[in-house]
Amino acid sequence: MDALDASVPAISPRRPISASVATFRALVGSGFRRYATYRQATLAGTFTNIVFGFLRCYVLLAVAAGAAGGAPGGYDARQLATFVWVGQGLLNVVGIWGWADLADRIRTGDIVADLVRPISPVTAYLAADLGRACHALLTRVGPPVLVGALFFPLATPSRWQTVPLFAVSVLLAVIGSFACRYLINATAYWLNDARGPLAFWTLGSGVLAGLYFPLRLLPEWATVTLWVATPLPGLLQTPLDVLIERDPPALQAGLVALQAVWAVVMLALARWVQRRAERRLVVQGG
Amino acid sequence: MGEWRAYAALFGGRLRSATAYRTSFAVELVTNAAGTLIDVVTVFVLYRAAASVGGFTLDEALMMTGITAFAFVLADLTVGNIDQLETYVRTGRLDAVLVRPLAVLPQLMLADLPLRKLMRLAVGISVLGLALGRNDIDWTPARALLLVSAPVSGAVFFGAIFVLSAATAFWWVDSGKLGHGFTYGGRDFTSYPITVYGSWFRTAFAYALGFGFVSYQPALTLLGRPDPLGLPSWAGYLSPLVALAAVSVAAVVWRSGVRHYRSTGS
Amino acid sequence: MIEMRELRKNFTVRVKAGRLRREKREVAAVDGVSLSIARGEMVGYIGPNGAGKSTTLKMLTGVLAPTSGEVSVCGLRPVPQRTRLALRIGVVFGQRSQLWWDLPLRESFRLLRHVYRVPAAEHAARLRRCQELLDLGDFLDTPVRQLSLGQRMRGELTAALLHGPEVLFLDEPTIGLDVVSKQAVRSFLGELGRAGDVTLVLTTHDLADIERLCRRLVVIDHGHVVHDGTIEQLHARYGSRRRLVADLDTPLPPGFTLPGATLTSTEADGHRVTFTLESIAAGAAVAALVGAVPVRDLSVVEPEIEDVVARLYTDVSGAP
Repeated sequence: MDALDASVPAISPRRPISASVATFRALVGSGFRRYATYRQATLAGTFTNIVFGFLRCYVLLAVAAGAAGGAPGGYDARQLATFVWVGQGLLNVVGIWGWADLADRIRTGDIVADLVRPISPVTAYLAADLGRACHALLTRVGPPVLVGALFFPLATPSRWQTVPLFAVSVLLAVIGSFACRYLINATAYWLNDARGPLAFWTLGSGVLAGLYFPLRLLPEWATVTLWVATPLPGLLQTPLDVLIERDPPALQAGLVALQAVWAVVMLALARWVQRRAERRLVVQGG
Repeated sequence: MGEWRAYAALFGGRLRSATAYRTSFAVELVTNAAGTLIDVVTVFVLYRAAASVGGFTLDEALMMTGITAFAFVLADLTVGNIDQLETYVRTGRLDAVLVRPLAVLPQLMLADLPLRKLMRLAVGISVLGLALGRNDIDWTPARALLLVSAPVSGAVFFGAIFVLSAATAFWWVDSGKLGHGFTYGGRDFTSYPITVYGSWFRTAFAYALGFGFVSYQPALTLLGRPDPLGLPSWAGYLSPLVALAAVSVAAVVWRSGVRHYRSTGS
Repeated sequence: MIEMRELRKNFTVRVKAGRLRREKREVAAVDGVSLSIARGEMVGYIGPNGAGKSTTLKMLTGVLAPTSGEVSVCGLRPVPQRTRLALRIGVVFGQRSQLWWDLPLRESFRLLRHVYRVPAAEHAARLRRCQELLDLGDFLDTPVRQLSLGQRMRGELTAALLHGPEVLFLDEPTIGLDVVSKQAVRSFLGELGRAGDVTLVLTTHDLADIERLCRRLVVIDHGHVVHDGTIEQLHARYGSRRRLVADLDTPLPPGFTLPGATLTSTEADGHRVTFTLESIAAGAAVAALVGAVPVRDLSVVEPEIEDVVARLYTDVSGAP
């Protein structure tokens, strides 16, 4: 069996770890290259991100100016501006919207081609999504942050641990977002048409991840519930709060830990759902 | 008259296509309504943190949010899906539209009419109603007229912006989400008092592009508040003219877009 | 019915020149095509990919405006009189559907009746005829998205004909179809052509379409018409020859020749021979061969249009 497997890229416990890493890296690379070909769309998307950056930044700054103490939700003006502009960049890295590849492949039946590969679809799609995120990190974050810094005073981290924590938090946000999107797409295994769930996701994820306004502006019970009971703040709000040092160091690290728990839970859930779906396909013959 | 029957038939076809999957359609109806609701909730959340934003209270701001919500929903429902033009150009499906004996724009509008956004209309009207209820308006015939003309003109204006944004695809197929900056961005811009924006940004969006006349100026006139930015109160009645100007520009750009497509192909 | 004079279409393409610079360059997709097609003709329009077939078709249907030259279809100028022309022509783009994806085929037809403003009785009569000839009965009430490609193409053909067009343009009507559907489409088009009231212009990659349907063949390459005439004329012009294939009891005696023909291949230890007939009639060649050697079986093979066209493309493309 091992001799057979050796000719096909595979990630399985029976192969040396280095080979699995190489396969994973190749898949990440393919995801990166796929998005690198959409150069003009990247440009257009960046422009739109910047327009929305201005809109949201001005509104939040006006809110800060009108708020008692000038710090709504515990953010000062610099932190709010940073929240908005880095958020506009990070939005594309985390990629909460616009991924229906899996649902489309399920609907058209092309998914069968993914199932016969010697690698779990969850792993394969995760690798490709990490490649996409790397591409977005290189192309989509710089411009809005630069424009934001040109027009508004931004906050810079003052603690040494903020930078590594932020990096980890972004990675966890990408993984968490991927797992959520995978689950939403996977509803197509049962519904055949995932348009409804996808629309629901697009709608809820933006607002509940903190894209439209920092979640700390909500009443405290709502904020806490969202953080503990859903993975959504982990997609955008947590990395941004970490970066702008909204909380003291212990809570800052605690938020990332909570985010990690949710990322692992969602990924495990995605794998479990995928296995259930495969068993169902085998039994019912698609 | 024959043409109108043809368009009516296309509308009927769209209606039946949309309701072909009843459950999916129902889910989309509800989801879309919730979408408009979230924009409004955002306004409430922000005002939780500050009693006054840009010098306006929540109730006053709701007047602008309400006019925008209603106007935008109306435009989005009727011409919003024109942003699919990009796909039509890319895949060459526009050719199939061009060989039919009807005008291109209405065909595209009707072919993809986003009926799933129908419930948004109810939300938009409710928000406007809410705003009217929470503000003490000194009603005059002129103001009553404004209450009708502002959302309608706003809708026409947003419709023109939708067409203009979509028409970019005639020259730049990969323009992708570029237009969203002006359509959805315009909606966000007009949902708040424009006093919140920085001066050059405000000048560009409100006066150069005309978004200031969609909801801000009419709301001031309805509320009987002088404009802190200095425009006279009759500026609130200018929205039909601004909408007309936007439609003229959109018509010219659309036509030259179709001409450009015909000279270059896809 | 269709007139093209010195029809030309240039596209501007950007070519990389150096690392960052891009140069604009004009490329002629259709380069001075003049053709005239009479009412009731069936014309096959063929050429390699990128030869200008689709561009020509788009100019004829009012989708693309010509750069220069004149074009008229049904006496109308396609671009300025697009909607009037649309009522009088039918177009089938092999890849782009005219049908409503989520609706039953019958609904699409009903909608098209309104779009094209066809009187109900005429519409019903035409639909009945198409239904018979194309065997639509089984899937008229099936949503288009559930149709097989072949069924959908039969639907597309019907959709293009329901308003009784004078000219029918078909862009790759048989592409991707299974053998049975191809046959159905071809025999339907053949029937249509024989009735003689529809002028038919079709582009295709499948030369069998042309052989079955079109008396007239127009070959285009690099924007130029390189052949305009019958298939026989094409064969004559490019020296296609019939071949005589014979199975023999014993191999040919050494030095055997067939006057007016050349021995082009010998197979099966000399038991099967192929002669290409240069200047001898098939009958005479058969008689001569049978008279000379014991023949078990023989057949006369018609020239393959594929061979001719392949040769044609390489000839033209090779020319300066």
